[in-house]
Amino acid sequence: MSRRGVGAEGYSRARVTRYDWLLFLHVLSAFAIVGSVVVFTVVLLAARGADGAAALRLVPLARRLWDVGGAGTIVLGIWLAIDLDQYGVFDGWVIGAIVLWAVAAFAGFRLGTSLSEGDGGGAGLPYAVMTVAVAALLVVMIYKPGA
Amino acid sequence: MLATIRADSVNIALLVHVLGAMLLVGTLVAAVAAVVLSRTGTGATLQRISFRALLYGAVPAFIVMRVGAEWVKSKEHAPDDVAWIGVGYGVSDFSLLFLIVATVLAGLALRRVNRQPDNPGALGTVAAAIVSLLILGYGIAIWAMTTKPT
Repeated sequence: MSRRGVGAEGYSRARVTRYDWLLFLHVLSAFAIVGSVVVFTVVLLAARGADGAAALRLVPLARRLWDVGGAGTIVLGIWLAIDLDQYGVFDGWVIGAIVLWAVAAFAGFRLGTSLSEGDGGGAGLPYAVMTVAVAALLVVMIYKPGA
Repeated sequence: MLATIRADSVNIALLVHVLGAMLLVGTLVAAVAAVVLSRTGTGATLQRISFRALLYGAVPAFIVMRVGAEWVKSKEHAPDDVAWIGVGYGVSDFSLLFLIVATVLAGLALRRVNRQPDNPGALGTVAAAIVSLLILGYGIAIWAMTTKPT
């Protein structure tokens, strides 16, 4: 949802504000989370073939992307909710997003740990949960149901 | 600060655009990491992963991102002369060319490393450098899309 004033042509001419920077870093963190899911996907796809052992070397990257992206989205997201008059931390869609984030974080942690220990067989469920939770998070962030 | 409620009809288009952009950046990061790690062993395997990430991941994601962008623009009736839209189009147009070049170079690097495992050459590194520049460019585009500067 845009927080900008709308001019005659539909877009504002305002300069970059603190809100804009917070939103940028929040979105950038979300890119890191999806990047983590993508790298985990690459690892798991490669693990199905002969490239598995080499692909496991990408796991630390996926874990760090999740660490940075996960921390960035939750901290900056709550900051944005507090900072803006239009939203509150206890809005339904914000609480829903926090729950989805927690589910994704738990599944991502389990997935990273499992792959780091070389247990590719136990990665399927946490990967599926993490992917669905992240996709749902993206939908909630864009649609903001109830906002 | 004035608030604007985005029309619901734009949301699905925006979802497609953002999802495509996120998948694009994610696959580019995976591709670069694979090339960097290929320098320290298991070169052919990681070169293959890098090439496949670009060909089967980044290129389709780019198409999804760009189709979503056009869809959003048509729904919002956005003018062409807004700076942040210009930044987005500029980065997108140039990046397609560089993405194709990087994918071709990654494919050539894979072919070379398959033929001469002990002498992989510099093609993979060049491809990774181009992809790194793409990631930087997309970072600027993300900044422009979110902050919408004058």
